[in-house]
Amino acid sequence: MRYVRGFREGAAAAALAELLEAEVDPRREYHLMEFCGGHTHAIFRYGVEDLLPGNVRLIHGPGCPVCVLAVPRLDAAIELACRSDVTLVSYGDMLRVPASRRRSLLKARAQGADVRMVYSASESLEIAAAHPDRQVVFFAIGFETTTPATAHIIREAQRLNLSNFSVYCNHVVTPAAIQSILDSPEVREWGQVRVDGFIGPSHVSAVIGSRPYEYFAEEYQRPVVIAGFEPLDVMQAIHMLVRQLNAHRSCVENQFTRGVSRDGNVKAQRLVAEVLELRPSFEWRGLGELPYSGLRIKSAYGEFDAERRFAVQVQAAPENAACQCPAIIRGVKKPTDCALFGTACTPRNPIGSCMVSAEGACAAYYKYRRGAVRAVS
Amino acid sequence: MCLAVPAQVVALLDDQWVETEMGGIRSRVSIALIDGVALGDYLIIHAGFAITRLDVEEAEKSLALFDEIAAHLGGPVDALRPRIP
Repeated sequence: MRYVRGFREGAAAAALAELLEAEVDPRREYHLMEFCGGHTHAIFRYGVEDLLPGNVRLIHGPGCPVCVLAVPRLDAAIELACRSDVTLVSYGDMLRVPASRRRSLLKARAQGADVRMVYSASESLEIAAAHPDRQVVFFAIGFETTTPATAHIIREAQRLNLSNFSVYCNHVVTPAAIQSILDSPEVREWGQVRVDGFIGPSHVSAVIGSRPYEYFAEEYQRPVVIAGFEPLDVMQAIHMLVRQLNAHRSCVENQFTRGVSRDGNVKAQRLVAEVLELRPSFEWRGLGELPYSGLRIKSAYGEFDAERRFAVQVQAAPENAACQCPAIIRGVKKPTDCALFGTACTPRNPIGSCMVSAEGACAAYYKYRRGAVRAVS
Repeated sequence: MCLAVPAQVVALLDDQWVETEMGGIRSRVSIALIDGVALGDYLIIHAGFAITRLDVEEAEKSLALFDEIAAHLGGPVDALRPRIP
């Protein structure tokens, strides 16, 4: 526990707050985006914002794989789950996410569909081996932290000759999402969102390394500091970003030296490259179609691709017009700007994906900032 | 989703699996994504897979730095209040 609790020490947090207070230039503001929903929750859970100087603002980014999954792709997963020959296996986060017509995997299960929740992707192989009469489909979602596990189980399925197993691949890549934020009209032209620097995700970077961020730092002149998920990690990263901005520097720095290198986990990267490839385009909730931002299964492993096996149709679906998730994912709006937040949309009865996911910004606001819930007039 | 936890290897099961321990909780973890895992190593574990090794030396350096600034600047020990609902 030393390497978890040690990074939650209050006295060090107070000291970091003091250092930060001395470092910030009171004549300017610092708008920093924490890309990852895990950071959002750490910040809220430990009250990190209360320790920051008033001119340091945190903007919540799109780094929540559940939140950015496009509704049509979830609809297609529910269609798959409703087939009588299919057992659909997924991470728990996905089960309650509302799809079109307020359906969800959990509701499909209540209606008789065989939907199972796993902690680890490898459990889906065990399910497939135990039920040779069922078509077992793993509904794979997630950023680069999760992707290598999916690549691994596809290769294992081939090795074990598990012909009743397939993967519905929805993996996405982090750099494409950061680029879309920086290229979005809200940031570039309209000035609605100001992002001076990024707090980069540590666990994604443990896999991809810190190198992919160098492009943003250089091309867009925005500093990036890769930070761990404990409160002291986040505070130290903010201090490092403020120092860079004060010195007019924009480079990639690594606060999470205990787990991230410049090259990342090369073995995992090779595995992903062997089994998966970039799609020319992939739809994200809130961000739209982004070029080369999602992964699909390579044709060499095509027999394990659920999209091919079941000829999955992904059909356009309308969003709930009142739900502000798309704007919240882009950092344009806060959860409290949404009329549904805390009223029609709660963790128990979510309407938008940001309220469901353990990393969603709405869930963080609701869980830790009940006082910010707007009064119903 | 992208959260991961550090845990120590307490048993080597076979070439793909180890048993880890964190805060008294033991779990079976796949080491398919990293090479050369040894007993006593700290791994960073995400959804049942070790995604990288925890560099203990670097972790200790970070903790020592935090201890040092806390000792110099002081501050209330309850500055971080976990808000677990």
